[in-house]
Amino acid sequence: MATKQTQYLARSLLAPAVGLLFIWMIVPLALTLYFSTLHYSLLDPGSEVFVGLENFRYFLTDPAFIASLKNTLVLVGSVLVLTILLGIPLAMLLDQPVVGRNIVRLMVIAPFFVMPTVSALVWKNLLMHPVSGLFAWLTKLFGLTPIDWFNDVPMFAIILIVAWQWLPFATLILLTALQSLDEEQKEAAEMDGAGGLSSFIYITLPHLARPITVVILIETIFLLTVFAEIFVTTGGGPGLQTTNIAFLIYSQALIQFDVGSASAGGLVAVVIANIVAFFLVRIVGRNLEA
Amino acid sequence: MARMATTRRVAVSTAGAWLAGFLIFFPILWMILASFKTELEAFAIPPSFLFFHWTLENYATVQERSDYLHHALNSIIIAGGSTLIALLIAVPAAWSMAFSPTKRTKDILLWMLSTKMMPPVGVLVPIYLIFKTVGLLDSRIGLVFILCLGNLPIVIWMLFTYFKEIPRDILEAARMDGATIGRELVYVLTPMAIPGLASTLLLNLILAWNEAFWTLNLSTSEAAPLTVFIASYSSPEGLFWAKLSAASTLAIAPILVLGWFSQKQLVRGLTFGAVK
Repeated sequence: MATKQTQYLARSLLAPAVGLLFIWMIVPLALTLYFSTLHYSLLDPGSEVFVGLENFRYFLTDPAFIASLKNTLVLVGSVLVLTILLGIPLAMLLDQPVVGRNIVRLMVIAPFFVMPTVSALVWKNLLMHPVSGLFAWLTKLFGLTPIDWFNDVPMFAIILIVAWQWLPFATLILLTALQSLDEEQKEAAEMDGAGGLSSFIYITLPHLARPITVVILIETIFLLTVFAEIFVTTGGGPGLQTTNIAFLIYSQALIQFDVGSASAGGLVAVVIANIVAFFLVRIVGRNLEA
Repeated sequence: MARMATTRRVAVSTAGAWLAGFLIFFPILWMILASFKTELEAFAIPPSFLFFHWTLENYATVQERSDYLHHALNSIIIAGGSTLIALLIAVPAAWSMAFSPTKRTKDILLWMLSTKMMPPVGVLVPIYLIFKTVGLLDSRIGLVFILCLGNLPIVIWMLFTYFKEIPRDILEAARMDGATIGRELVYVLTPMAIPGLASTLLLNLILAWNEAFWTLNLSTSEAAPLTVFIASYSSPEGLFWAKLSAASTLAIAPILVLGWFSQKQLVRGLTFGAVK
C-alpha cells in the first residue's frame, strides 16, 4: 500500500527529470517561435523588427525549401526502402542455423557503431573516390567508366552511406522479432503443405508487420535530421542537390546568419517530425498497456 | 517429425550469411587496412589488399600533428559526463514511476518520449545564441549539458522498462521482514537493477560518443570531440587517406567493442521497449 509519505517521496524523485525536460522542451521552442517573427540577422545586430509571418512566407516560398523538402523525402524514403528490403532477407538468413552465427552478427551490426563523420569520409574517399577509390578500380576491372559519385549522383551516394549505417538497425530489430516467432507454428504450416513462399507470406510477414512499423517510425525520426553525412561530404551541393531541411536551416542560421528565417524553418521541421512522432507515440503507448 | 537441419542447408545458409556479413563489414575492414599502409599505397591503383608494407607510422603521425589524445579526452569527458549526469537524474525518476505508478505515469512517460522526437535542428538557433551569449560555445560543459538532456528520455525509458521487470513481491517480502526504504534500496533493489543500469550506461555512452549534430555545431577546437576532429579531414588539404583511416580506426575501436557487448540492449533502448 502506498502511503502518503511514499507518494510524496515518489513525486519528489520524479520532479527533477520532469522539470529539466520541460525546460529543455519549452524554452528553446519558445525562443524559436519568437525569433521566427523577427527580422533578425546576426550580421546586423540590434536591428530586430517584428515582421509577423513574413519569415514563414519567405522560407516556405523559397525555391531552396521546395528543393530541400524533396531531397529530405527522397533521402528518408530511399533509405527506408533499402534498409527494410535488405533487412528482411538478412534477418531471415541470420535466423537460420549458421556456423559461426555470433561472428556474422557482429560483422553485420558493426556499421551502426561507426560515428557518422567516419562512415561518410571513409565511403567518400576510400570507396567512392572517382580515381583512387575501390569502386572506381572495380568498375574499371569490368571495363566500365568509373562513376564520379559525388558529382554525377550525389544524392544516391549519400543514400548509400546512410542506408549502410541503418541496415544493421533494421536487421537487428527484425531478427529479434523473428526469433520470437513460434517454430512450431512454422512446422505445422509445413506439415499442412505450405511451401517456403506461402509460409513467408502468411506467417513470417504478418508477424513482422509490427517490428517493420517500429523500424519505419524510428528510422524516420533520425533520418529526417541527417546532417553530419552531408556536412562532411557535399556541403549540400552541388547546387542544392543534397541539401535537406536540416542542412538548409543550418546554412541559413550559421552561414547566412539569418536567424529569423532559420527559426521559421526550424518550426517547419518540428511540425514535420511531430506528424511522425504522433504515430510512434501511439504504437509505443499501446505497448505500454500490455 | 522434427524439422531436421540438413548439412546441405546449413552449408548454404552459412555461406550466404558469411558473404553478407563480409560485404557489410568490408568498408570498416578496408579502412583498418588502409590505416597500416603508407599514404602512397593507400592511393595506389590497383589497390593492395594484404601484401603491402605494413606500417604504424600513421598512428604516430596522427598524434604528433593533430593532438589526437586531446580530442579523445574530450570525447571521453563529454560522453562519460553526459551519461553519468543523465543516470543520476534518471534513476530516481524511473524508480519512482516503476514502483509508485500513478494515473499520470503513462502520460508522463509518453510526454518524455515526445521530447526526444523534437528535431535538434528545430532548436539549433536559440541554443546556439544562448551558448554564444553565455560563452558556452566550444566548451565541454556546454556539450555535456546538451547531450545529457538530449539522451535523458531514452535513459529514463530504458531504466523504466528494466525496473518494471523487478518482481514487486520481493519488495513486499522485504518490507514485511521490516526492511527500511534505505535497506530495501541497498540490499534488494540495487543488485537486481545492476544489469539494467549497466546496459543503459553502455547504450548511452555509444549514442553520446557518436553524436554528430550538436558536437559539429557547438564546438570547433578546444572542446572538439572525435566526431569533429575526424570531420576536419574533409577539407581538401587534409586528404591523407592513411592518416584519416588511422584516426578513424582509433575513434571507433572502443565503441565497436562496447557496442558488440550491448547489441541486445540496443534493440530495446532504441525502440523504447516496443521490441524486446
